[in-house]
Amino acid sequence: MANFGSIVERLNGNIYHLDEEESHIEVNQEIAKKMGVGKLFVRICPAHVYSEETDGSIGVSYAACLECGTCLAVATPGSLKWHYPKGGCGIAFREG
Amino acid sequence: MDEEIFDVIVVGGGIAGLVSAYQLAKSGHEVVLIERGVEAGSKNLSGGVFYSRIMEEIFPDFLKEAPVERHITRNIISFLNQTSAVNIDYWDQRLADPINAVSVLRVKLDAWLSGKCEEAGVMIMPGVRVDSLLKEGDQYVGVKAGEDELRAKVIILADGVNSFLAQDEGIRPKQLPKYLAVGVKSVIGLPRKVIEDRFRVRGNEGVAYAIVGDCTKSVAGGGFLYTNSESISIGVVLQLESIEKKGLTSTVIFDQFLEHPAIAPLIADGELLEYGCHLTMEDGPAMVAQEVSRPGLLIVGDAAGFTVNTGLTIRGMDFAAGSALAVAKTIDNALKNKDFSQSAMNMYRMELDSHWVGQDMKTYKNAPAFFETSRLYGDYGQLLADIFYRIFHHDLTPRKRLTSVVLGAFKASSLKVTNLIRDAFFGLKSL
Ligand SMILES: Cc1cc2nc3c(=O)[nH]c(=O)nc-3n(C[C@H](O)[C@H](O)[C@H](O)COP(=O)(O)OP(=O)(O)OC[C@H]3O[C@@H](n4cnc5c(N)ncnc54)[C@H](O)[C@@H]3O)c2cc1C
Ligand code: SF4
Repeated sequence: MANFGSIVERLNGNIYHLDEEESHIEVNQEIAKKMGVGKLFVRICPAHVYSEETDGSIGVSYAACLECGTCLAVATPGSLKWHYPKGGCGIAFREG
Repeated sequence: MDEEIFDVIVVGGGIAGLVSAYQLAKSGHEVVLIERGVEAGSKNLSGGVFYSRIMEEIFPDFLKEAPVERHITRNIISFLNQTSAVNIDYWDQRLADPINAVSVLRVKLDAWLSGKCEEAGVMIMPGVRVDSLLKEGDQYVGVKAGEDELRAKVIILADGVNSFLAQDEGIRPKQLPKYLAVGVKSVIGLPRKVIEDRFRVRGNEGVAYAIVGDCTKSVAGGGFLYTNSESISIGVVLQLESIEKKGLTSTVIFDQFLEHPAIAPLIADGELLEYGCHLTMEDGPAMVAQEVSRPGLLIVGDAAGFTVNTGLTIRGMDFAAGSALAVAKTIDNALKNKDFSQSAMNMYRMELDSHWVGQDMKTYKNAPAFFETSRLYGDYGQLLADIFYRIFHHDLTPRKRLTSVVLGAFKASSLKVTNLIRDAFFGLKSL
């Protein structure tokens, strides 16, 4: 099979205009932990933005986000703040 | 910004926004289109089969001028099991004349549409994210982006499936995970000659695979593979509630699909051109039933829920264009009458309902499940071809309910009524 490498390697082939100043994603660690929703973010995100840290908190690599909105759609109330990156920032598809 | 008031502000440069803006500019109105991406199309992703007859109504030379990849003349429905696959390979010359469906890549297509808009006089503002809507009393009067305010007589929300603006305003609810699905997709480059040989197509002809079964590892949804000129679009669509419940990982499902012995040879030696994802809908009709207008505000395309996902075809692009025509007509009328009240906006629903756009939404209300419930095998080749012809051939007439399609095709054939057909018939009745 054609081997395209890890998800991170695949994302490296994409073009992003990174907003260096502001992350557009913020996990409420306390609520996420209580509701167990962090693991769901890790599983469901196609860009592997979320990771489970050793202390159980959820790491966020917002720079990799493909802006689909899936994590927010499954988030329990209060567990996630997510909005589109500011105009002109974030993923810039070349194919679509 | 100054006090200039435009006729129309369109939020979102996807197919819905671009077609609405084009139509209104063509009718002589002053239109501005705001897009958060660096250019129209740069945030947009579709699987990629566009039932394109509607575009020829808008741009008579669409098929010649627009960046379409291949003309889809073969549809393969693939029932994928862990170690086997059963394909229905439906090729039909009738699908080539007139051309009915084309594969597209959205970044290229939307850029082309954006150029058409500019030629028609639309002012395009890329790289600007609209943060909220401006309201006076009940009336929507403009948009806010950062510190800037822009005003217009009518606002079109064409901001796609998430449509945060309508949610923030309380016009539309946060959508249920069972209505939504995430598509994980890759575009894989292959030489033209390899595509022609591997998929047995010539010239500009192309193939669309709809794949069900093992490709999603029991998660509701399906897979797709579409040929472009020199690449393959391949992906899985996973219903959110279902993947949540099954405890599976989206990227693992996607990779297992690419590695499936029936799929891997189709993409062998390919070069990854892009890895992307996007939300789409499992139940568009339920979302279209929600509010689609307010005084001075109309919601169009995916933002209003206009996608029908039958498991065999995802149709969102043609609905985006079709709903855009209804919106443009409503607004043209409102501008002429200088009436932007709710009752003037209500013409939108009437326009939709009198058109295949609204009628198809009703037809597919009790949705899909066609291939979950029907058992298709035996000597029904011709019968199936006629049914599929009517499924895949969108000639812009209102769709007939599948029951009458099947009955018509059945009557024209010499097959006897059997238990099998009766099973299939009852399965189809829910469509
Ligand atoms: C995996 C997948 C496969 C699909 N396959 C097919 C298919 O084969 N055939 C088909 O017909 N349909 C398909 N669809 C559906 C189709 O992609 C959509 O129906 C179509 O893109 C809808 O067009 P739209 O213009 O309404 O929305 P979009 O194309 O999503 O455009 C919305 C635009 O609004 C912009 N925007 C959003 N918010 C803001 C804001 N606040 N400010 C400024 N701009 C904003 C976005 O950047 C974007 O450009 C598929 C979808 C997916 C996800
Ligand atoms: S929006 Fe999509 S890509 Fe971005 S973090 Fe959420 S799930 Fe991942």
